[in-house]
Amino acid sequence: MLKDEDRIFKNLYNDLGPDILSAQKRGDWQNTNEIIKKGKDWIINEIKSSELRGRGGAGFPTGLKWSFAPKEIGSRPHYLVINADESEPGTCKDRDILRFEPHKLIEGCLLTAYAVNANKCYIYIRGEYFNEGNKLQEAINEAYEKKLIGLNACGSGWDFDIYIHYGAGAYICGEETALLESLEGKKGQPRLKPPFPALIGLYGCPTIINNVETIAVVPTILRRGAKWFASLGRPKNTGTKIYCISGNVNNPCNVEEEMGISLKDLIEKHAGGVVGGWDNLQAVIPGGSSMPLLPKNICETIKMDFDSLVEEKSGLGTAGIVVINKDQDIIKCMARIARFYKHESCGQCTPCREGSGWMWRMLERMAKGEASRDEVDMLMDVTKQIEGHTICAFGEGSAWPVQGLLRHFKKEVAKRNNFNPLINKGKKIPYLVDQHLLEK
Amino acid sequence: MSIKKISKDQPLDFKFDSKNLDKAQKIIKNYPASKQQSAVMALLYLAQKQNNNWIPLAAMKYVAKFLSMPYIKVYEVATFYSMYNLSPVGKYFFQICTTTPCMIRGAYDIVKACKEKISNKENELSKDKICSWMEVECLGACINAPMMQINDDYYEDLSKEQTEKIIDQIQNGEKPKAGSYKGRKNSEPENNRKTLLNINNA
Repeated sequence: MLKDEDRIFKNLYNDLGPDILSAQKRGDWQNTNEIIKKGKDWIINEIKSSELRGRGGAGFPTGLKWSFAPKEIGSRPHYLVINADESEPGTCKDRDILRFEPHKLIEGCLLTAYAVNANKCYIYIRGEYFNEGNKLQEAINEAYEKKLIGLNACGSGWDFDIYIHYGAGAYICGEETALLESLEGKKGQPRLKPPFPALIGLYGCPTIINNVETIAVVPTILRRGAKWFASLGRPKNTGTKIYCISGNVNNPCNVEEEMGISLKDLIEKHAGGVVGGWDNLQAVIPGGSSMPLLPKNICETIKMDFDSLVEEKSGLGTAGIVVINKDQDIIKCMARIARFYKHESCGQCTPCREGSGWMWRMLERMAKGEASRDEVDMLMDVTKQIEGHTICAFGEGSAWPVQGLLRHFKKEVAKRNNFNPLINKGKKIPYLVDQHLLEK
Repeated sequence: MSIKKISKDQPLDFKFDSKNLDKAQKIIKNYPASKQQSAVMALLYLAQKQNNNWIPLAAMKYVAKFLSMPYIKVYEVATFYSMYNLSPVGKYFFQICTTTPCMIRGAYDIVKACKEKISNKENELSKDKICSWMEVECLGACINAPMMQINDDYYEDLSKEQTEKIIDQIQNGEKPKAGSYKGRKNSEPENNRKTLLNINNA
């Protein structure tokens, strides 16, 4: 288990208070000026050698992303945008950072903005997090009062402003280009990439977009050194991560742990075990709803980091772990996730707009045992038609959980839906107009 | 993208009151000059708050003029995002998360309580005309499932009985306390804490 002094978010449960005085006692805002004086290249290199990977789901190396920003400010200003539109089912880590560790985020924003040449930062918070946004605004006001941000932030000579922008309940705005569209006051529909936001982003200007957790760990990495951060976890999957363990466990909780901790440890030790005991475990969604689920036999040994999960054809995503025990109907659970995606599809690309609805309706029927034998394979076919055929990764996100279900629980699905299709090939059906479709 | 009904009864006129006018002008200053369109989401939200929790068409037209952008662009935004209500809802608007993590911990018990206590159908005003409820997608408090949001506040770790009690309290004009109803602290593992035990502001 990770030692308490190696945990970055010491106020995760709000034992100590989120205000600036408590935060400063915990080490936030200490010598920020000196870190800035070490220079942009030093900051970016330090993050690169810490091997920090984005905590928002895709796991892109953060230092590399920052290095894409133009080195000099040209005719267009640079922007930093923080993605706090946390809406992946199973994930609620950013919420706790926003309300209990806001100063880690604000300090991280300043350091990142300096490294990527940005003077302005927008924090895009989902609209439902109204109270959390207010807490963050209080913290921003405190930082302005103490001259930690604003003109000549921390006495470094760098001017830096932070603004909060509220979303209004659209999951798709967690996608970075949809988020930019939304920030510009339009519908949140993703843009084609390239051009990537690092060169053409908000208002057509170079923009770096990072998740809340990614930015909030930056000050601690720079203070304690990249070596310390890289010593946790394993190569390419370094550092600590906040895991959210929800679903059928005895003590659902958020907990910060080392990358690569075993899933069984997390569930048994921190979340008080599966309801009904470990043997009652049916499946686990390891990284928020868009990652394929894992059946019990894989859960026994799997380690929670980016690369180990990819080997099992799943992913770490946001590390929102949803535990499903044997009391639940697994097809129903997945049908509900499919309904989520059907509801949240932005409607821009046809495969996703139509396909997400198809998948939902098929799964609803399968949960009731009203689908025919052929449809199980047909459903797999539909997921393959969506995956990779859309502008953004939402297509994959909606198709993968269904694929995961069919990969590991096909027997259960087929057992329940085992009757012959209504239209039997080879038979002449008088009311079918297109008889030729039945010919081989 | 959700299907939304535009209310048939529309007020003819809408204007920000002086307090919201100040707020709106402040919000516009957050964005670069000539990029005032960015403020449209925040302004629609202000309009919604001012107009009993829903946005009439007149307000969209007003916001469009206010930001000098086409009315259709404001309409697009208002119909795209699910938090904008385009027809009247209760003064107390219950949103119950029923996405999988909440569902497997019993979110439909809460829905049942709302059906019994508020109205049988979603988006229908209760008998006393002050409450309405709807099912929504993940509200991002999965650790504290099942949960619901009433206006701006989250009510977490609920059971059916507790939900009924909350509804009773609201209908009696009291304000129930927000947060966890299991008495636990935020998102800590209840009675099973193994981390951050001896940490203080050194």
